[in-house]
Amino acid sequence: MAQAYTPGLKISPSTTHRARRTLPLAGDVLVKVGDNVKARDIVARTFMPGDITPLNIANLISTPPADVPECMLKKVGERIKVGEALARSKGIFGMFKAEYKSTVEGTIESVSANTGQVIVRGEPLPVQTEAYLAGRVVEVIPREGCIIEADVAYVQGIFGVGGEAHGRITLACQSHEEELAADLITPAMKDCIVIGGARVTHEAIERAKKVGAAAIVSGGIDDQDLQAFLGYDLGVAITGSERVGLTMIVTEGFGEIAMAQRTFKLLASHAGHEAAVNGATQIRAGVMRPEIIIPLSPDSKARGLASTGPAAGALDIGRPVRIIRDPYFGVIGTVSALPHEPAVLGSGSRARVLEVKFESGQRALIPRANVELIEG
Amino acid sequence: MLDPTKINVILATDCGSTTTKAIMIERQADGSYRQTYRGEAPTTVENPFADVTMGVVSSVTEIGELANRRLIDDSGAIIRPAKDGEGCDIYISTSSAGGGLQMMVAGVVKEMTAASAKRAALGAGAIVMDTIASNDKRRDHEKVQRIRELRPDMILVSGGTDGGDAKKVVEIAELIAPAKPQPRFGSNYTLPIIYAGNKDAAPAVRKTFEHGFDLRVVDNLRPVLELENLGPARDAIHDMFLEHVMAHAPGYDKLMQWTDAPIMPTPGAVGNILQRIAKDQRINVVGVDIGGATTDVFSVFDGVFNRTVSANLGMSYSISNVVAEAGIANVLRWVHAEAGGLDERELRNRVKNKMIRPTTIPQSQEALIFEQAVAREALRLAYIQHKEFATTLKGVQQQRTVGDTFSQQVGGQSIVDNMKLDLLVASGGVLSHAPRMHQTALLLIDSFEPEGFTMLAKDSIFMMPHLGVLAEVHPQAAVEVFEKDCLIYLGTCIAAKGEGKFDKPCFKFTISGGGLNESGTMSVGDLKLLPLGPDQRAKVTIEPERGFDCGAGSGRRMEREVRGGTVGLILDARGRPLKLPVDRQAASSIMSRWVRALDLYPTT
Repeated sequence: MAQAYTPGLKISPSTTHRARRTLPLAGDVLVKVGDNVKARDIVARTFMPGDITPLNIANLISTPPADVPECMLKKVGERIKVGEALARSKGIFGMFKAEYKSTVEGTIESVSANTGQVIVRGEPLPVQTEAYLAGRVVEVIPREGCIIEADVAYVQGIFGVGGEAHGRITLACQSHEEELAADLITPAMKDCIVIGGARVTHEAIERAKKVGAAAIVSGGIDDQDLQAFLGYDLGVAITGSERVGLTMIVTEGFGEIAMAQRTFKLLASHAGHEAAVNGATQIRAGVMRPEIIIPLSPDSKARGLASTGPAAGALDIGRPVRIIRDPYFGVIGTVSALPHEPAVLGSGSRARVLEVKFESGQRALIPRANVELIEG
Repeated sequence: MLDPTKINVILATDCGSTTTKAIMIERQADGSYRQTYRGEAPTTVENPFADVTMGVVSSVTEIGELANRRLIDDSGAIIRPAKDGEGCDIYISTSSAGGGLQMMVAGVVKEMTAASAKRAALGAGAIVMDTIASNDKRRDHEKVQRIRELRPDMILVSGGTDGGDAKKVVEIAELIAPAKPQPRFGSNYTLPIIYAGNKDAAPAVRKTFEHGFDLRVVDNLRPVLELENLGPARDAIHDMFLEHVMAHAPGYDKLMQWTDAPIMPTPGAVGNILQRIAKDQRINVVGVDIGGATTDVFSVFDGVFNRTVSANLGMSYSISNVVAEAGIANVLRWVHAEAGGLDERELRNRVKNKMIRPTTIPQSQEALIFEQAVAREALRLAYIQHKEFATTLKGVQQQRTVGDTFSQQVGGQSIVDNMKLDLLVASGGVLSHAPRMHQTALLLIDSFEPEGFTMLAKDSIFMMPHLGVLAEVHPQAAVEVFEKDCLIYLGTCIAAKGEGKFDKPCFKFTISGGGLNESGTMSVGDLKLLPLGPDQRAKVTIEPERGFDCGAGSGRRMEREVRGGTVGLILDARGRPLKLPVDRQAASSIMSRWVRALDLYPTT
């Protein structure tokens, strides 16, 4: 039996999830191990160095660059206000001195005798990291941040745009096969994570933006709708930093494709619950997929939902799979045979294949590369 | 390292950004080395495994199954050395996992040093996110803001000629350093900076970048105004790419411990092998390796080696970028009429689905035809980039006249000359795995537009990277396998350079030998395939019409012996540059004619 690795996305009704929350640069951690945090709590804070303004003092006071350090009225590290004299030339025999009054406020960062350039740095910019995952702090990373753990329902999407967002899960579609059209978006969905079924239309996204929804999660999207939403044709799947009004996540892919029934049922079972989403996707080194994280209440944990691992590992007979390439794109079935020998495909290529039995009873040979494991 | 004479079983992998490919090479009874088995598996940089060695183990396991030989032990490690019919004697690997390289470049004058810096970065395979220059018409604070927004993997700083004014380039450094650009790999990543500017400014630049950066100072890429010296900067970019960017590919540190020789970057290994062919056979070679994320083009003209890596042109991770850059209309012009009515909206969705699930392969012929159309555009764009950035002296120096220095938009004169090209080698999934070699041949011809007489070959099962690194540790095995198992000669393409009206005469031909005794006239727009097997040779005489050139000059007769291949002898009178009608209907019906001429897709 081949231990073929097949990528799969994690969809779990109950799992212990850990979120690493760190600052982009060293700072102060505001929480300690054992603290319970809410999604929007600030767990770490620092200040980014402020914006810098270069001032060419040599030109401004008509002095050779080498003389600029001597002409400075403020030293490196000192503060300067707007209108305050920053540098004064030596003049000729002490006369005709040229003075430069600062046009910016900040701290003198450097004075260059090579170029005569003075760098003034503005006020530090605060940078804060939110908890994102409501849960318990299990580890503090000194000067960087912390790790938060919680029992959650967890859904990985296939592709998303936009960054982290929070909100209450609200169903817009009543079935996993229903298209998410604009008329299903209502003003009541403000600040909510809107759950669609199959394809989400551009009009629906625009309407969701208009009503102030936090995020949209649906099965698929047309590439041309994504282009209209972003305002450009996405070349490489590295996303998350877009400022496009809301976070959008698709769970299955591009085109007319229904959300996996299991995913829809899981999300629907948490309607009304608070959740965190992140659309950031990076399909390159250090792959990152978008995610929907729903912290479980003690009630739902008590219900004893089965915890399952990620849908990845060996391809075995009987394992449920989804086909991820045309001509059967999106169809779900189970592995019914795993021939060892490569087979000739319709394209004429030879590839290792597996036989999939569809829900209709039909069977088809599919390249092993074109299926992904899903949880049964 | 083992004594080469005691090496009987060699295992080699190439960890691409999409697929990890493993081959096994075994010593035969007569003492020669042959490639015997191959296996492949998706590259495992994705969660939950996020470990490149998982893919290595899967691909090696596949070989083990096929060869009925245990290669992986119970702890999941490769068994070494070989004994009792188990394991291998050496394990080596190349890697291109880690995705693309995103760079920012800076120079003093936008059209001069900054342009040279951009050429160096692009030539090294980077995506240039922005070019900062003293005269780029942005105010200083705007430049600083831009630097802060970008998240480059690396920055190349240039500026000034050696001995010239040092002030301006230091000013640029003084803008970048305090802006503290945040690398995309996070706070643990020390941002590499390459300085390739005025050597007199180097001490001040060193001081400026002394804290929080990994600075490497190399020779000025513009030591004097008339000379461009990109080699040292490009080499430094490649080194820093390996040391910093690729080392961030999950599991890479583990893989480095497994191998018996240093892991070589895939393009470096392919370049090694191609240089060897060019040198041994004294020919001009162009090689291409089209991968999932990147397309590498290599050329050796008159002994001068050049390599470019188009970081955003590829067939999976970057497929959407190929379509965005080329335009869907340019892709669809390569789809012939009988391929079925491909709906543009549906095609765009398929492209994106391939991007987000990069390891899938075309199952239907329709999907294959579309993927090969995208490949033509990826290859065409990559070759344009290569021609623009290939330099002259040893790939590092390019002599310019003072007159050239003020009109540098397209760069210097390319040394790539399709008429002088002798051998065009294809590798990479879409070319190597094409179901019919005829498809590979026409993909190469359509994208590279060879002129005159050009041999076409393909890497049989994408083995060049493995052999490139093997040549470093066991040259004999590498050469033997290369000659016997790696290259498959597709045939010779004879193409006339020039343009003319469709169906007007282009050239007359007379062919004898190798079982052929043919003569006739090719009209403009014609494409013809004649059978000439891999071991067969034929004498060819071409008499071009005026305005067409097959190597001897416009309208001049040319006689030459040609070699056959698995496809045969291809006569191409479609003209150079190769132009298709803008109208999609007209283009697809002409493509149908060419598809039939080469019998590309027998069932359509």
